[in-house]
This record gives sequence, structure tokens and C-alpha cells, in this order.
Amino acid sequence: MGLISEFPGLFLETLLDVFPIAAIIFGFQFFVIRKPVPNLKRVLIGLFYVLIGITLFLLGLEQALFPLGRLMAAQLTDPAFIYGVQAVTGPLRWQDYIWVYLFAFSIGLSTTLAEPALIAVAIKANEVSAGAIGIMGLRIAVALGVAFGIALGSFRIVTGTPLHYYIIAGYVVVIIQTFFAPKIIVPLAYDSGGVTTSTVTVPLVAALGLGLAETVPGRSPLIDGFGLIAFASLFPMISVMAYAQLSEFWAEREKKKHHDD
Amino acid sequence: MTESLRDLAPIILVIAFFQIFVLQQPPDNVVGLLVGTLFVVIGLTFFVYGLEMGLFPIGESMANAFARKGSIFWLLTFAFALGFGTTVAEPALIAISEEASEVAAGAGLIKLSDDAMESYANGLRYTVALSVGVAIVIGVLRILMNWSIHYMIMTGYIIVVIVTAFAPEEIIGIAYDSGGVTTSTITVPLVTALGIGLASSISGRNPMVDGFGLIAFASLMPIIFVLIYGILI
Repeated sequence: MGLISEFPGLFLETLLDVFPIAAIIFGFQFFVIRKPVPNLKRVLIGLFYVLIGITLFLLGLEQALFPLGRLMAAQLTDPAFIYGVQAVTGPLRWQDYIWVYLFAFSIGLSTTLAEPALIAVAIKANEVSAGAIGIMGLRIAVALGVAFGIALGSFRIVTGTPLHYYIIAGYVVVIIQTFFAPKIIVPLAYDSGGVTTSTVTVPLVAALGLGLAETVPGRSPLIDGFGLIAFASLFPMISVMAYAQLSEFWAEREKKKHHDD
Repeated sequence: MTESLRDLAPIILVIAFFQIFVLQQPPDNVVGLLVGTLFVVIGLTFFVYGLEMGLFPIGESMANAFARKGSIFWLLTFAFALGFGTTVAEPALIAISEEASEVAAGAGLIKLSDDAMESYANGLRYTVALSVGVAIVIGVLRILMNWSIHYMIMTGYIIVVIVTAFAPEEIIGIAYDSGGVTTSTITVPLVTALGIGLASSISGRNPMVDGFGLIAFASLMPIIFVLIYGILI
């Protein structure tokens, strides 16, 4: 079985990636803090589980899901698919890419839900907020943000409009929301922009961006292929703050209703 | 295990839907696909388990130890080392720097030779790693000094907008993307635990309001640094 024989090599690779982090942690622990790590054995076993987990995770993704995801991105952006069987005359309009936007939205949504870094932050947020922030609620809010961001980013590649207009407009929305959102959610919302794009999302999203930039007439893959990740890191901030604002609004209304009764 | 399966179900549904209804082509290796998915599920289960056992506790115990030690110098050195060290070896960053050097060479910003491209890619990589190191230091200082994250992030945005106006157009996409790719699966839990551990061990700080935010700086600072790198080179 090809998957099993690849395991040792990939495990070694993950180990090498993690080595600088481990060196920094244990270096500071032994030379600066100079105290034994509490529950050292348990922590080491935990770190070992993390390594095994990431290796298996990457192995499965690279063997199964990524090739298919890349292939689908290529197929959906292929002019032959977009034109249909009969050749259509005239240039493609942005509406012709409707399946691409839908694919971008759903792949953004589903990959973000499986993103390990986001699971980690959601667990922590739930713990620190004493349950006020639901693990699944936060993850869905972030995933919706990423989904919308990537769909809009695909639209941008198709239409060829400048990236910085979108990003700056997004910043303006974030700043306005910051003033109205519950104070407690703001730092977490800012963080959720960065955590969404790691192991699962980046490779698939990059493949989609590259596929689009290669096949849409007049786009250069080197220049227009970038930018999707920027969308995916911006919109979760907006959606997480919106989620908190909506929860607050509903809670207020509920309270008012009880008050009236 | 059931949770990991539930986490993964949406991806499988999306792929199945597009394969069957839109592209109308069955994937040719269904067994391989299922085995791969099983690996992902087991991997995710191990990861979450190890997270609670190893990664979160070590991050928080170190934050506590630094807070008790009371040495701001060593805390900031640790913050910088953690940001720089975890980013410089990040595979996603290495890949994106190489692509960026091709963009720069194609646009005539640097010479079209292997040497020039390699030094450009390396320069970019160290720029991003440096920016993440600086970002974690600023984020830790914020927790210590109780600065408001709102105004800091807004100032960051204003700087991004100003610097964008002067940066060569080819670098803008790469710069904006570099904010997202720097934070990997191991860095995020560790940095989050560090922030929350610090905020919980300093009296008068609320872990929810003050503990989060480190990742936000780590995603914003690279944008600014890479844009400036694009202007200077």
C-alpha cells in the first residue's frame, strides 16, 4: 500500500519542520526558565500525538483529497466546461463562471471546518469564555467568512479588478464593525483572520486561483493567481464580528420580549 | 473520532456533489480516496488529542514561568524567537517566496538570473520571518502594557494603505497573501496558548480581551514588511 510506505518519509519531514519550534521551546525552558516542565512525560506524549496527527492528516490529504481538489479546480475553470459543448461566440462574461463561484464558496466553507488550527483556537476560546463562545458557532462563522471571501476573490480574478480596492474596502468595514461589536469578541475576530488559512485551505485555494488565472483570457497566473488567501484572511474578521453582533442583538430582543410579558 | 468524521464530512459532500452533478465524472480511484480520508480522520483525532495534552500546556506553562520570572527582556526575546523561528522554515512561505521571485523577475524588478531570483526569494523569506518575530513582540508588549488592540490594528491598516500606494503593483498580491500563509498548524495553538497564559498570569487582564490578538499582528505585519521590501528592492 503506497500510503503506508510514504509514512516514514513524511513523518521525518514533519519532524524537520517542527524541529526549530521544539529547539526554541526547550532551549528557553532549560537555559532561561531553568525549571523542569510540569508533567514533562505527558507533554512529550502529547507533542508526539500532534506530530503523528499532522503526518497522517497530510498524508491523507496529499494522497486523496488534494489531487482531486486540484483536478476539479482545473476542470471547472476549463473553457471547454464553461462554454458548454457547443462553441459560444464572443468573450466570456463573469456570469459564465457561476459554477466556479459556487465551488469556491463550498470548498472554502468545507475546508475551513476541517482546519486544525481553527479547531485549536475555537477550543481555547470556548474554554476562556467559559462556554459563551460555542466551538461550532465560531467555526461556522469563520468558515462562512472564508467561503464568501474566496467566492469574491474568484470574481475578482475573473473580472480583473485591482486587489487593493477590495482589501481596503474590507478594512473599512472591519474598522466600522470594531466600534459596534461587543468588546470581548474583537481580538478573537482579528485572530480568526490568520488562523483560517493553513494546512487544508491554502493548497486547494491556491490551485483554484492558479487555475482561474491561467484560463481566464487576459489574466497572468503569476500576478492574478495571488490574492485569494488575502480574501480568505480578511472576511472571517467581518463574519465573526457580525456573528457576535447578531447574537447580542437576538439576546437583547429576547430579553425585551420577556420584559414586556 | 466521530467528531473528526463530522469535521470532514462537508469536504466529502462538496467533492461528491461537484463530481456527480456538475462535472459528471466519477473519480477513478474511489478506494484510494476512502483510505486517504480515513487517514485524515485519524490524523485529526490524534492532533486534537495531542493539542490538549502537549501543545496547550507547554505554551501556557512557559507564559506563566516568564510572568513569574518577571524578566521582560527574556520574554520578548522568546516572543521574537518563536515568531521568527516558526516562520522561517514554514514550507508554505518557502513556496510563495519562490513564486514571488518569478513574478519579480518577470516584471523586470530584478535580473532574470537564478542568482538574483534566489537572493530575492531568500530576502523575502527573512523579511516575512522578521516581521512575524516583530509582530509577536508587539503583541506581547500590548498584553503587558494593556494597549488597545483596536487602535493598533487600525494604525496597521492605515500603514498598509499608504505603503500600497507606493509599492510596485506586482508585489501587492504576494504581500497581501503573505499575511495568511505564515501562521501554521503548530504555531497557532502555541502562540494562542502563550497569549492566554500571559493574560491569565498578569492581574487585571482578561484572557478573552487581552489573551487573543497575537495572531492578528502576525498576519498584519508581514503585509507591511513585504510591501516595503518591494519598494526597496
